[in-house]
Amino acid sequence: MARTLINVPKSAKPGEVVTIKTLISHPMETGFRPGADGRIKPRDILTEFVCAYDGEEVFRAEMFPATAANPYVSFTLKAERTGTLTFTWRGDNGFDQTETATLNVA
Amino acid sequence: MSVGWAQKVPALRRKTEFRLMMSGMALIINLASFRGCAAEPGIHRRRALLIWRRRRLWILGSPSAPRNEDAVSHPDHDRSTRPGKGAEVAFGAWLLVGIMTTASATEIPPAERRSGYDTMGAETQAMQRDDTTNPGMLWVQDGADLWEKVPSQAKLACAGCHGDATQAMRGVAARYPAFDERSGGPIDLETRINRCRTDNQSEAPYAQESRELLAVMAYVATQSRGLPITPVPDPRLGAARERGRALFTARMGQLGLTCAACHDDNHGHKLGAATIPQGHPNGYPLYRLEWQGLGSVQRRLRNCMTGMRAEPFAAGSSEALDLELYLMSRAAPLPIETPAVRP
Ligand code: HEC
Ligand code: HEC
Repeated sequence: MARTLINVPKSAKPGEVVTIKTLISHPMETGFRPGADGRIKPRDILTEFVCAYDGEEVFRAEMFPATAANPYVSFTLKAERTGTLTFTWRGDNGFDQTETATLNVA
Repeated sequence: MSVGWAQKVPALRRKTEFRLMMSGMALIINLASFRGCAAEPGIHRRRALLIWRRRRLWILGSPSAPRNEDAVSHPDHDRSTRPGKGAEVAFGAWLLVGIMTTASATEIPPAERRSGYDTMGAETQAMQRDDTTNPGMLWVQDGADLWEKVPSQAKLACAGCHGDATQAMRGVAARYPAFDERSGGPIDLETRINRCRTDNQSEAPYAQESRELLAVMAYVATQSRGLPITPVPDPRLGAARERGRALFTARMGQLGLTCAACHDDNHGHKLGAATIPQGHPNGYPLYRLEWQGLGSVQRRLRNCMTGMRAEPFAAGSSEALDLELYLMSRAAPLPIETPAVRP
């Protein structure tokens, strides 16, 4: 499991636009870079990031070899009700990790 | 002391200097080791021309193609040699530097000491300030887990002996390197941590610059965040500190540069696109955008020495330790910033 840092506001008012910040530990190996032995290191990157709010997709990002290591993704969404946010990263070598957080709306 | 050929062959260096003086400019220096341009992709791979005149650097440069053959396969460069990455600079910018004058090398008075944080861009500063954007926190979190982790040998975890790190480790990083009774000389934080690994946990020491060691160090050092650097006044460290000072002001490498020439005499001036910082070790281990990862102060020093075309001090060597000891006293009383972010 890769280390993640997810920042969701502790609470929000109904209709409020909140900022979500995520960081994940990942080498984002481009597949173009020679290693110490001179051979090209195989590509190992994250390719997508999806956020769902109570199961409904609210944000999606694609990632490419030029994305820096330990990708940071920040986005906003409209807080409507207290619910569960799921964050999913997928990538090379079957990488698939989901983290959850609760958004409290009152 | 491990220095480049220029110092070992003074006559040769004098001859070189003479030629340089005559042409008003000088040797080629690989700027990439001093400067990562990750945040500003447009400015890497730039060749610049620098002439040192009345101890000022004048940039006359213009962009041009990189010199691939100079992508030294130094471990510290491996991340930088990735095509398609903003951070690739190992064979990036080239400078022609004329360094003719002897550096005056006056130490910066305590009141005028400034962290590298002050000279970096607003975006990088913001990245460091916010724990949810600071990628160094990924290592700090790993370190917090390792602190609690019971080692395989049925021994105690770090926490088992030391308890709560926020109490036990507060202020520790601010006074390291400290005096070590066993060796009778300075000991740095990584060696101290590894000694607990081997002697108190019967585990193999963490490898130099490994993710685990950096994580534990970052976690320990973060407990000193905001506290001023307070070097141990132990007189038994005096000799080592003086050796460190001597290294800082000694010409080394093919360019005959000194650390002081940049960090005492020319901080605030430009070296290519980079602003030369005062060169303080107050944020380590830190996340360098060029590295795209966390690294130790010794790794940073190897970067500067590669840029000076000197043979970098080996990790864990006594020279590197003496230099670090001096750098910490030269930086006091700046606050610890671990995990800092630097370009
Ligand atoms: C069996 C008990 C034990 C374990 C386990 C242990 N330590 Fe220690 N540690 C000590 C003792 C004893 C000292 C010396 C205290 C002194 O000199 O005041 C020490 C000193 C230190 C110091 C220097 C503190 C200072 O004020 O200079 C650090 C840093 C440290 N340990 C980190 C760690 C870490 C990280 C781990 C886990 C990898 C760890 N220790 C595991 C017993 C332990
Ligand atoms: C030609 C100029 C030059 C010389 C000589 C030089 N450095 Fe540096 N140094 C730099 C630059 C430029 C940076 C900042 C790089 C950046 O911002 O990407 C730097 C960064 C540093 C830092 C990191 C500061 C921070 O805020 O994290 C330290 C520590 C340091 N140097 C120490 C040294 C030591 C010790 C020596 C001698 C062995 C040395 N430097 C030689 C130009 C130089």
